[in-house]
Amino acid sequence: MEDLKKLAYELRKNVVDIIMAGGGGHIGGDMSMMEILVEIYFRQMRVSPENPDDPGRDYFILSKGHSMEAYYAVLCKKGFLDLADVVSRFSKFGSPYIGHPHNTLRGIEMNSGSLGHGMPVAVGMALATKMDNKPNRVYVVLGDGELAEGSNWEGFMSGAMYRLDNLCAVIDRNMLQISGSTEDVMAEGDLHGKLHAFGWHVIDVADGNDMDAVHAAFEEAKTVKGKPTVIVAKTVKGKGAPLIENKAAWHHKLPTAEEYAQIQQELDQAMTSM
Amino acid sequence: MNKIANRKVICDVLLEQARVDKDIIVLCSDSRGSASLAPFFEAYPAQSVEVGIAEQDLVGIAAGLAKCGKKAFAASPASFVTTRSYEQCKVDCAYSDTNVKIIGISGGVSYGALGMSHHSAQDIAAMSAIPNMRVYLPSDRHQTRKLMEALLQDDKCAYIRTGRNPVEDVYTEEHCPFEMDKATVLKEGADIAETTKGASIVKRHADVAIIACGEMVRPALEAAELLEKEGIHATVLDMYCIKPLDVDGILKAVDGVRGVVTVEEHSPFGGLGSMVAQVISTNCPKKVINLSLPDAPVITGTSQEVFDHYGLNASGIADTIRGLLQ
Repeated sequence: MEDLKKLAYELRKNVVDIIMAGGGGHIGGDMSMMEILVEIYFRQMRVSPENPDDPGRDYFILSKGHSMEAYYAVLCKKGFLDLADVVSRFSKFGSPYIGHPHNTLRGIEMNSGSLGHGMPVAVGMALATKMDNKPNRVYVVLGDGELAEGSNWEGFMSGAMYRLDNLCAVIDRNMLQISGSTEDVMAEGDLHGKLHAFGWHVIDVADGNDMDAVHAAFEEAKTVKGKPTVIVAKTVKGKGAPLIENKAAWHHKLPTAEEYAQIQQELDQAMTSM
Repeated sequence: MNKIANRKVICDVLLEQARVDKDIIVLCSDSRGSASLAPFFEAYPAQSVEVGIAEQDLVGIAAGLAKCGKKAFAASPASFVTTRSYEQCKVDCAYSDTNVKIIGISGGVSYGALGMSHHSAQDIAAMSAIPNMRVYLPSDRHQTRKLMEALLQDDKCAYIRTGRNPVEDVYTEEHCPFEMDKATVLKEGADIAETTKGASIVKRHADVAIIACGEMVRPALEAAELLEKEGIHATVLDMYCIKPLDVDGILKAVDGVRGVVTVEEHSPFGGLGSMVAQVISTNCPKKVINLSLPDAPVITGTSQEVFDHYGLNASGIADTIRGLLQ
């Protein structure tokens, strides 16, 4: 567990390098969901870089596709992609490494970027594995600002209708979107109550950047039968470097050279204090 | 008078194939009745998915199913599935390269007096503009069957538009020439007699080429037959494959003609006429007249009344050609 806590910070450092090399990226949301991705890829999912198309694999969809740099860092660490190659070519002319998931790359199932797409697709995947009586699980990570897209709620309805207990959605509830607080832009209010009313098993995680708490939520999700589970993980946008934490301005801001040094130093400090 | 709608043929083909292919999944958005797919839902409930009135969910779920190895057929009114869920067609199907066949039923002005909300006069333009999306408008029930059987053999996404009502046959069960992604020459206006003896090659070019798709193919053929009696020779091309467009077929059909008329149940912008004009202006410039719906909500009426009003019938097409050749 300690290793994974440190891994989340090591990957955050990779994220900053990727963003600096590419000249831009969604740093705030990358940082907020890192523990969620680490838990999914390093403790929950059955996936193998040696056999990425294994029919027995679990499926992952990054619905908040703009947090791609965090996804690159995880896919590289997992062995699907090469970090040096990603860093050297991210967002460059002709590069396969673009700012959103693209499924010509190893380990990526579906393309996203436009918000509100992941939930219906994940429902379809979970439905397909149910039809085939296969044990594969499906994970989808959504942003909280993304929930204003109505298509998510169509997906929530159908996930419950088809009793997809092999489907686990995670909402990266960092409370911020590009224009400011989610509650000011389009209030989500009682998210737990809404999701419960849609027929999902809802797990609230008070600290979605706490590896232990995140792990416990995913373990609980696996025990739920007859309905899908959604984990509402309260996270901190920009988590790990106080310079950028909880600031909407850092949704998609490129650090200056000085800020880069400070962010990496703050991440190092966080790691050494573990 | 044929009583079998193209949409029913789609259901028939899927029913036949689903018996042996358990990966075929049909999805509807409270549209199984409109799509004539209720028999499929009854026969194969385990291969049927209802999503309710939610077209974005329909296409997204279909893409997820396809990603996991299913052959997904998502059927919903053409007006909704191509515009309400346009982004799902673009991102989840075409961009993600999933095997989703999007069936747009009651296309064009099929819904008649229900108004513009229910008409799909933009679908050819919209769907054709998406990279990796194919677009097909079969002209009758026999061609619809051939097309569906061909589509079941591939694993790429496609959009298929059919009308709501039965249409007069263009082909027969015994004679329905079909080659995937190749336009069908319905009537050869040119009189080609080539001889290898000596140097003589006798070739009379057609006067005009009519290129039509979907429900406009039959009136195009009837117009050519009317004109033939007046000594005007027309080649008629059934361009059921809008994308990939059969460019070679167009160039052959228009070789030597004095003008070209395209006919489509679509907006004047971005449809068959626009595409054909693009091909001809690039390769062999000559006059192209596009007969289409207007750039406006259409007049209230049945499909046929609407077609007649805008000259999208045999006499209207023939009049246009007479004017073109004057």
